[in-house]
Amino acid sequence: MMAVMARAVLAALLLACTAAATTMDPVPQGGNAPGMSALDVRLKRLESELRCLVCQNQTLADSNADLADDLRREVRTLALSGKSDEDIKAYLVARYGDFVLYNPPVKPVTWALWFGPFSLLVAGVVVWWVVLQRRLRAAAGETTDAGTTNDEKARKLLDDNSDD
Amino acid sequence: MRVLRWTIPFGIFVVLVAFLWVGLSRDPREVPSPLIGKPAPTFRLSKLQAPGETLSPADLKGSVWLLNVWASWCVSCRVEHPLLVQLAQENVVPVYGLDYKDKPDDGRAWLAQHGNPYTASIVDRDGRVGIDYGVYGVPETFVIDKMGVIRYKQIGPLTDEALQDKILPLVRQLQQ
Repeated sequence: MMAVMARAVLAALLLACTAAATTMDPVPQGGNAPGMSALDVRLKRLESELRCLVCQNQTLADSNADLADDLRREVRTLALSGKSDEDIKAYLVARYGDFVLYNPPVKPVTWALWFGPFSLLVAGVVVWWVVLQRRLRAAAGETTDAGTTNDEKARKLLDDNSDD
Repeated sequence: MRVLRWTIPFGIFVVLVAFLWVGLSRDPREVPSPLIGKPAPTFRLSKLQAPGETLSPADLKGSVWLLNVWASWCVSCRVEHPLLVQLAQENVVPVYGLDYKDKPDDGRAWLAQHGNPYTASIVDRDGRVGIDYGVYGVPETFVIDKMGVIRYKQIGPLTDEALQDKILPLVRQLQQ
């Protein structure tokens, strides 16, 4: 009896929840909400390429930090005054350094960062190739040596057997 | 060839350890400022204690000074504040305060409570000047030379160590 009642209560609660959900506006998550202007879309894209200095693993677009708020306002003001994306990035880099950019620029200090993994990959392939060639050569030598010895062994075995 | 078999992996291991040793001992919160060696960004802001008067870095050309970014809401500022008060008493270098994103009344009350080490404080109500100085974690302290060039930036509270080892020697050198 208790179980049936509990089930009924649960069902009622679930119904209430779905009813509430349908009457609420869905919160836009990711993507661009339909009401966004071209400027909003541009700002959102730009802000998602910029780092929040306070919570360093968040973009300017995602961060709730006070400074992120100020910087978003600053970016918007700059954009409205006709500055290009590159101008806005340069403005922030001049103040906070390359660290504000999620994509670090390619320059001598960041060469190791950009090309390091690829040079390691190339080095790995070279080592793999050299080792492989050496093993193949060694294996080829072994089979010819082993071939004669195996032949001799087999012949010897056959000879031994024929003696019986 | 036999020797290479273990020296190469061992060498790679040593390099890796060296990189991790250096990399992990650095504080990721301390982002090197691109403003070091650049002229201090200009501003003209009104003084906290004398709202009718204004201050600009141009007014301070010819002297070495510190710009300390603080706020009444900033907890770490309380940690460094006694050091600033002591520094002001020693009269080595003028310290100017940038009251960052603060209500002027709160700022004045805070100084009344904790002591005022500043030759003058200026009010950056909306944080615009803070952005120009690349401020992202209050407190921050800049050392500015006679030509108005930023020579050093301390991120986070001043420590006795930073003051004695870096800031004061630099100030003395710049004052000559």
